[in-house]
Amino acid sequence: MEYTAVIGLEVHAQLQTDSKIFCGCSTRFGQEPNVNTCPVCLGMPGVLPVLNKRVVDYTLMMGLATHCRIAAESVFARKNYFYPDLPKGYQISQYERPICEEGWVEIPVQGGARKIRITRIHMEEDAGKLVHEGGGGAASLVDLNRAGVPLMEIVSEPDIRSPEEARAYMQTLRDIVVYLGICDGNMEEGSLRCDANISIMPAGSETFGTRTEIKNMNSFRYLAQALEYEIQRQTEVLEDGGRIIQETRLFDSAKGVTASMRGKEEAHDYRYFPEPDLVPIRIDPEWVDRIGAEIPELRSEKIARYVQDLGLPEYDAEVLTGEPGTARFFEDILAHGVEPKKVSNWVMGEYTRLLKDKGMETARISPEQVAGIIRMVDASTVSVSGAKQVFEEVFLTGKDPDAIVREKGLAQVSDEGAIEEEIKAILEANPQQVEQYRDGQEKVLGYFVGQVMKATRGRANPRLVNEILIKKLKGE
Amino acid sequence: MKITREIVRHVADLARLELGPEEALKMESQLGDILGYIGLLDGLDLSGIPPTSHVQEIFNVMREDEARSSLPVEKGLANAPDREGTAFKVPKVIE
Repeated sequence: MEYTAVIGLEVHAQLQTDSKIFCGCSTRFGQEPNVNTCPVCLGMPGVLPVLNKRVVDYTLMMGLATHCRIAAESVFARKNYFYPDLPKGYQISQYERPICEEGWVEIPVQGGARKIRITRIHMEEDAGKLVHEGGGGAASLVDLNRAGVPLMEIVSEPDIRSPEEARAYMQTLRDIVVYLGICDGNMEEGSLRCDANISIMPAGSETFGTRTEIKNMNSFRYLAQALEYEIQRQTEVLEDGGRIIQETRLFDSAKGVTASMRGKEEAHDYRYFPEPDLVPIRIDPEWVDRIGAEIPELRSEKIARYVQDLGLPEYDAEVLTGEPGTARFFEDILAHGVEPKKVSNWVMGEYTRLLKDKGMETARISPEQVAGIIRMVDASTVSVSGAKQVFEEVFLTGKDPDAIVREKGLAQVSDEGAIEEEIKAILEANPQQVEQYRDGQEKVLGYFVGQVMKATRGRANPRLVNEILIKKLKGE
Repeated sequence: MKITREIVRHVADLARLELGPEEALKMESQLGDILGYIGLLDGLDLSGIPPTSHVQEIFNVMREDEARSSLPVEKGLANAPDREGTAFKVPKVIE
């Protein structure tokens, strides 16, 4: 039988704030265990959490960017459970009254776009990190540096129908948070995490099957892989006349399979209740307007604009907008009034190559300098290959492109008289080839161009070389 | 809601409390009394009154996003029964 997958994603994005959500501890990574902790995030008795305003601003911004309804009043709640990564015995989250509800995003699918509805977006605190000692060591080590780091949880409706769509949805969310500058979007490092709820039903049916929850997919590839596997597994269970058990399964990226997390079947009873230590948040229209005004042009909008207004191929638009920094660099060059497609070629070509080969930190070139180099080529001051040499030098040193052209003797020879001299000498030295050309073997032209370029060490303006050569070969 | 023996047991489990049979019985009646007392509120006409999530009429108590220095790590670890480096060491837990 044919089955259709029904998938909903819960995405956690770590918000890029300086301090934690309920205390002033730093959110910096890579520190010794527990150095970023205080009585609040250690869960000491008698302390009170105080909400970080930027967490509300950022979540509100995400809500607006995903067309959510912003709650006029929203409330934090306690989610109670015992685990050593959670020193208070509860996580402060939101439950019945989240800050954002009922939004949507549009994801690219073959031949168009699909709307995926967002159920809710809420704020919560992250838990600490546990390291389980291997072998005989019967201990776990607890690092609470991450406890209290702000998270935003984005819950989708079960609108996703395939692993590819799940991946596209995740990519769309990543693009949004990265362009908003509220999360670094790094899945491998866990700043963007996702759990999936997935079930299958006979194609054409409208009744969802029993779902399983998949955890631990820390890359776009693993997300798609885990869902593929789970669809296959559920299909086999049903085909064999079995029944899907509602359970949580962990994705094992080494084996490419999902496996049941035994012992977790017993349903959690979190006993949520309103957090008495925090007062409700009221968001008035002014606050919404202020944050709305801060939303920059998002990636999907940029792609559309690059294609429609700048006339770039869709491929260019997608590459240039892959990271906000690249798009910004591209637009800063464009601001100097050079042709978009030429800018795109340089940014996607030499610039990207050098970033990759030499490293981001070595880049000294300014948008103005790139524009200058493009103009040099336009004015035939340097050849394209000469310009590439100039580009690399400017990239590494930040020196003035004109100075480099002079120093390296890269200026293109566009002096017709000088080129004519060279050509005359070469034609005289090669009477046999001249004869061949005049007998109709026009491909000999390439040989002459090569000779002229050799004689001028590549600096002759190729357009002029061609013109003069043809004139001389035909005319004389 | 009527507090039953099962509810007492379930809540005790969730709170990781071990109750003897007598204690469970005592809890059953005490929790019942408390809920019964709160149940008096059911007699009020609350239609049109939004649920209260906080007893005080205060909203938007927030701080600016500024990192301050944390507690010296030795102080945070001072009461820990066991440690390794600057990590708390607890009996092995894998969910």
